[in-house]
Amino acid sequence: MQVLFKTRYDQDIDHLTDRGERIRVGLAIMAALLAPLFVGAFYLTELSMFLVYILAGLGLMVLTGFTGQVSFGHSAFLGIGAYGNAVLMHQGLPFVLSLPLAALLAGLTGMAIGRAVSRMHGFYLAIATVAFAIIVETGIAAWTPVTGGHMGLQVPTMELFGFELTREWQQYYVILALVLFAILGIANLRRAPTGRAMIAVRDSETSARALGVDIGRTRILAFFISATLTGLAGGLLGHLLMYMSPETFGVNESLKLVLMVIVGGLGTITGAIFGAVFVSILPNIIHLLRGVLPQSIADAAGLEQLLFGGIIAAFLVLEPDGLFGRWRKFRMFLETYPYYKRATFVRQKRYLRTERFK
Amino acid sequence: MNDLVVENLSLGFGGVMALRDVSFHVDPGEIFAIIGPNGAGKSTIFNAISRVYDPRGGAIRYGGQDVLKRKPWQVVELGIARTFQNIELFEKATVLDNLLVGRAARIRTGWLSEWFFTPRVRAEERAHRRRIEEILDLLDMQHYRYERVADLAYGARKNVELARALCAEPTLLLLDEPASGLNPEETTDMSFWLKDIRAELGVTIAMVEHDMNLVGRVADRCMALANGEVLAVGSVAEVRSDARVQTAYLGGEL
Repeated sequence: MQVLFKTRYDQDIDHLTDRGERIRVGLAIMAALLAPLFVGAFYLTELSMFLVYILAGLGLMVLTGFTGQVSFGHSAFLGIGAYGNAVLMHQGLPFVLSLPLAALLAGLTGMAIGRAVSRMHGFYLAIATVAFAIIVETGIAAWTPVTGGHMGLQVPTMELFGFELTREWQQYYVILALVLFAILGIANLRRAPTGRAMIAVRDSETSARALGVDIGRTRILAFFISATLTGLAGGLLGHLLMYMSPETFGVNESLKLVLMVIVGGLGTITGAIFGAVFVSILPNIIHLLRGVLPQSIADAAGLEQLLFGGIIAAFLVLEPDGLFGRWRKFRMFLETYPYYKRATFVRQKRYLRTERFK
Repeated sequence: MNDLVVENLSLGFGGVMALRDVSFHVDPGEIFAIIGPNGAGKSTIFNAISRVYDPRGGAIRYGGQDVLKRKPWQVVELGIARTFQNIELFEKATVLDNLLVGRAARIRTGWLSEWFFTPRVRAEERAHRRRIEEILDLLDMQHYRYERVADLAYGARKNVELARALCAEPTLLLLDEPASGLNPEETTDMSFWLKDIRAELGVTIAMVEHDMNLVGRVADRCMALANGEVLAVGSVAEVRSDARVQTAYLGGEL
């Protein structure tokens, strides 16, 4: 059993003060950096895709996990990022400008949406964001002269300062750098006043306001940061897909992101990463299952959706803290062995709270 | 002088008048208690001061400044912090994080510098933390620092909420039933703390409280309220012996 004896405030401010955690994160980054040496082109593209989903998931995590605002509209930000980036590149803008501009465009759209829904909660917010996603998808399809409509749009090759990044490993490193930048930034926000204000807005708007947190501003800022990150992911996703149409960014994509953050574990950065692992691996597991199951079930239409939905339902009921929550419990078990008690993590009843001034 | 002045405050919900022409003042450095039966409008006064509800008429001034001109999140900048009757903590965060949110009105860094966590952000964080440790020492709660609020017992949560309000460094503290749900021992602790808070931090306290023992022990003055109207203001003994207050509590014709 390890006891961390704290002697300075900085030990509560610094990242990764736990030695085991430092080692694990170091190994993960090392593995990510060395992956192109060991992995073939196909799997490297898959890995890049996985990283892009981490980025998009982090975006949604800021909004849903930190400020507690549900969004089923994040496919729209992916779409705005992807189309914005591709269209700007077709206009002759270099990638180093088009990608941030597209992300910023998504961010500003997010800000406008955040402003519009600033008084909505829960169910109403979910419906409003779904509507937004549908509008953006339809809009992209209808704006044929710019986006190519349903014919789709070719995405130019990624390039850095006139140097075309055609090889998979080159694109992989660009994406990895951006993902690491986003993770570090969000981790920094999380330990700073802005991140705490977001958590405060999630857990009790009433008292956050009484303590001096500007709720409206915090929620809009969360929308901005969230949409910018997801837009960034969208721009990168376009390059990986090379060719996209409005349907690529349908509401289904939003659902996938929501499932990611819930299954991973709401409110944590690691949760977004675990969630991305889950949604990347799941199709493969389903593929394997097909081989074992009796023919009639394996061939049935909708098996994938059924399993997907079943797993989500199981998580919501049995482990609302997600995969990351499960992992934390397992770690606690090892660290405190043999003193671990099941009761440590029994969910407690909530004391009555004021709901009436929401 | 930082005195709270409430003049002819009226507040209604639809056809129900929750407060009718309520006037009182709280002098700097005093402990002022508001008592009254359920539904008298005690908490509503606090909710009007912290701008949760908009009054229909009247004025609220603190240190000469018009409170009603402030946005809800700017009230704390005047030096007014509060707690809630039903405990409004950030449940999934640690006590430390809860208290740090108490510093929200004193944050001087923007989100972009926080994204890069510049040295200035770190310096500010350390300064806030130092202030919080002082409050933790005052209320003797150092051992709760890393606990998640969701894991704490009711009494401890009450104290965390009090501590969080103090972290805003207020000059006036509004406490909505600080002793409700506390056992006699915890209530005694609370009465000592209230006196300590006034003596050591120079904070004026206004509180809504049902426990007349606590009120008698700590309050300098007291106001009784029933059906949104002020029945009596004065020392605790005076208010307690007031005929109208006794009828409001015990029943009978007014």
